[in-house]
Amino acid sequence: MVPARFKAGERVKVLKSFPLGHVRTPFYIRGHVGEIERLCGSFPNPEELAQMRDGLPAQPLYRVRFRQKEVWPDYRGSEQDVVEIEIFQHWLEKA
Amino acid sequence: MKDRGTYRPLSYFQLMEVTLRELLVEKGLITEEQVQREVAAMRARTPERGARVVAKAWVDLHFKKFLLENATAACESLGIEIPALKLVAVENTPQVHNVIVCTLCSCYPRVLLGIPPDWYKSRNYRSRTVREPRVVLEEFGLKLSKETAIRVHDSTADMRYIVLPMRPAGTEGWSEERLAQLVTRDSMIGVSLPTPPGSRV
Amino acid sequence: MIQRGHHDMGGLPAGKVEPVEHDYAEWERRVDAMVQLLRGAGRITVDELRKNIEALPPQAYDAMAYYEKWIASLTQTLLQRGMITTDELAKKMLEVESRGSR
Repeated sequence: MVPARFKAGERVKVLKSFPLGHVRTPFYIRGHVGEIERLCGSFPNPEELAQMRDGLPAQPLYRVRFRQKEVWPDYRGSEQDVVEIEIFQHWLEKA
Repeated sequence: MKDRGTYRPLSYFQLMEVTLRELLVEKGLITEEQVQREVAAMRARTPERGARVVAKAWVDLHFKKFLLENATAACESLGIEIPALKLVAVENTPQVHNVIVCTLCSCYPRVLLGIPPDWYKSRNYRSRTVREPRVVLEEFGLKLSKETAIRVHDSTADMRYIVLPMRPAGTEGWSEERLAQLVTRDSMIGVSLPTPPGSRV
Repeated sequence: MIQRGHHDMGGLPAGKVEPVEHDYAEWERRVDAMVQLLRGAGRITVDELRKNIEALPPQAYDAMAYYEKWIASLTQTLLQRGMITTDELAKKMLEVESRGSR
């Protein structure tokens, strides 16, 4: 069991890394800072499942909330607008 | 429905479908009956299923709380099987409007809403909804005030999202069945609101 | 050129969303059915299917319809898993083609 390292409310940064392979962390969010909205649970790693491996041990997955104004330099909506993305723990570090 | 009367040669991909299906049947990996059953099962999954769930949440606050806490279990309590996926219901309020997208592919709560429409899978929707949701929603005819925050959910993992829209005004005392008719598929994706009462449904 | 997958399009400029939808043809529904059956039987994962869609050349990715991408991806996935061979595919495709339309 991989322990969950982050708690709801914590600020985290998405790794600014661009590996090849099957990746479910969208390009647009790499390197951005957000806040843990919740721990969704632990799931087999899709990066590994895609390569016909079992993706175990299951990895903690978080819903991470980002302020749109912080993600897009030209964002014209409300200050309160957010985008929420499910990101695996191994893509996150403490901000 | 099958074509009637007109002979059209199979496209390359249709040829692939027939080929694969026959090979898989020959190898005992699937049967034609299974394929037909699965096609029928998917046809039966229409947005009416999601509409039932929303309408119940509108009349039954207990159920609504259950739905927001554990949508999978809440739907199963209504006899809607949610195989393997984790369903999450997100609630629209005057302060927050939710909209769902899958930028990487086309993840969608199929078990409640059926097969997603082409536009949901399109480049334009997938590219722009995370970046300029207000503009995209306006293209769907939905203009939100600046006081309402927009919360975009990019479904990148195992969770599937369904929006619980706000109950339209002027529906006091309506039965669940009548309310369900106002709940459109698009309102459960978050690109529009339920049909107002009095409109022609 | 390959740092960003062609499928990884969130945030890129794009055009107006046209609210287009079509009633899916039987063959498309059968593709969907086969995918669900094979996934349900644990023979393939959705992750492999996605990976194989992501591996399509960009022009193909843009030009192919949704279920054309899925049948191509399903085929590649089954090949990778050794559940079918290229030779089996080739011979069966010829056989089906020679029968004419179903």
